[in-house]
Amino acid sequence: MAEPGLDVTLAQDAPIPLAVRLACAPGELLALVGPSGSGKTTVLRTIAGLYRPRDGHVRCNGETWLDTAAGVHRPAQQRRAGLVFQDYALFPHLTVLHNVTAALGHLPRARRRARAEALLDQVNLAGLEDRHPQTLSGGQQQRVAIARALAREPGVLLLDEPFSAVDQVTRRKLRRELAALRTALQAPVVLVTHDLEEAAMLADRLCILHHGETLQSGPPRDVLARPDSMQVARLVDLRNVFEGRVHDHDAAAGVTRIEWRGRLLEARHRPDLPAGAAVSWVIPSAAVILHRRDRPSRGERENPVAGVVESLVPLGENASLDLRVDGPSGESIALSVPLHVAERNALSVGADARVSLRADAIHLMPAGGA
Amino acid sequence: MDWDALSLSLRLAACTALILLPLGVAAARVLAWGRFRGRGVLEALLTVPLVLPPTVLGFYLLGSFDAGAPVGALWRALTGGTLNFSFAGLLAASVLANLPFAILPMQRAFESIARNVREAAWCSGLSAWATLWRIELPLAWPGLLSGMVLTFAHTLGEFGVVLMVGGNIPGETRTLSIAIYDRTQAFDDRAAGIMSATLLGFSFLVVWGVYLLDRRMRGRRG
Repeated sequence: MAEPGLDVTLAQDAPIPLAVRLACAPGELLALVGPSGSGKTTVLRTIAGLYRPRDGHVRCNGETWLDTAAGVHRPAQQRRAGLVFQDYALFPHLTVLHNVTAALGHLPRARRRARAEALLDQVNLAGLEDRHPQTLSGGQQQRVAIARALAREPGVLLLDEPFSAVDQVTRRKLRRELAALRTALQAPVVLVTHDLEEAAMLADRLCILHHGETLQSGPPRDVLARPDSMQVARLVDLRNVFEGRVHDHDAAAGVTRIEWRGRLLEARHRPDLPAGAAVSWVIPSAAVILHRRDRPSRGERENPVAGVVESLVPLGENASLDLRVDGPSGESIALSVPLHVAERNALSVGADARVSLRADAIHLMPAGGA
Repeated sequence: MDWDALSLSLRLAACTALILLPLGVAAARVLAWGRFRGRGVLEALLTVPLVLPPTVLGFYLLGSFDAGAPVGALWRALTGGTLNFSFAGLLAASVLANLPFAILPMQRAFESIARNVREAAWCSGLSAWATLWRIELPLAWPGLLSGMVLTFAHTLGEFGVVLMVGGNIPGETRTLSIAIYDRTQAFDDRAAGIMSATLLGFSFLVVWGVYLLDRRMRGRRG
């Protein structure tokens, strides 16, 4: 009954509170996202065998690496976890080649050199075998660390903030390389990052961690558009978060109507929330659709909202807008439109504008905290 | 020149340094990385010989090496000999007196090895033993060498502890510094002068050598 992939649960109150539950299939990239101090690195260290929590288990490809109930705690040497440290932790006194061969102890001595050279070739470092780590750039050092982690033929590859110590250009290059690498790799990959954008770009699934607790996991689109709770919504930095009240359900049309500042809005159907219940709701700014002045369309009947442009910030080829909604509430909705659209519609601060809120993108949550 | 005294001093210094190498490495690693109750007390105890007057250390050692005291009695039961006024006792005293000289530089060297470098070694499949030989010692060796050299040089010059525990027995406990004292007392300034100059020259060479090595290491790493 060897289950492929990685399966982790951890629980403890102190010294670092942990309530973690995560799984990662072979070939899948799971991004563990959370603010600094949320326990991301501790989770990685636990998987690698460098930290021992009070309760929990770690299973990888059918092997039990940790099972506190059964008293199993395999040392790091016996786990085959490839860990890439945030600062790479290369062996400073060894050449690039020997940094990698050091992790090839499971191979016969005669085969180590060839294997190490193949790995260095795979991470585009061929020709640098005899250099010492401190003579390499940050990006090159990271590649050595990845080659060393892969040398053990790891059952899981663990990456701790792999792109935090390099410049923007190198970061983009390394991200592309990682994306290519993981398609060639038949192991689960767990990436720790505080950069949500990076996580959404690279990961098959996100896992949101806060104060040592995994709050929600799922495909990036789901987590970002449909957070389970206000807490997740805040952590993934959603801008359009509002309070409302459930008005009624229309099961036939598949919508739930909510009251918001004296308006009725249609939202995704949530029959589990009773009429009259206070709710929080979110909408991704990409689902806020600007009405064109010259050519009104049918879509405009969908949750129309009128307001005044409060701010307009060009960001690259798009303009980021805040629209102050008409009425006494003073709330504003964030949206983003291509710059040329903003120009054609003569959008500027103080101008009137109308938008539609796509009903299927309005996600409801029970109001308040968790 | 008292060649017996010189040879005895060199022998004592070499033996002390050799005994303190594994002992110092073990203690230095524990102090550098261990987190346990009483760590501060242990660290202070091991450093006391640095500030304690050597005669005070010698006084206590003389008492505990006595055949009537547990340590002395144990030694007598094991070997049939005595510790006081013998080379063995001198060596034991010298090892204790040199603990801080060996351990402190070694401890600094191990402390300078980043924790995650050792963890990376474990994650690469290296056992604790392999990590010691292939990662820790190659990174810490300048510190180990400093500890050994300081111990060696300090033992050559040690006077108070040697006089208290070893006395002045030619060929057994009369070291170079005792011989210098002895010759000076006898107004044999010429002999004392030659031996003093020898120690001075040797000490200078040792310190110079340590600096050279240190600079070469930095150059290689830089």
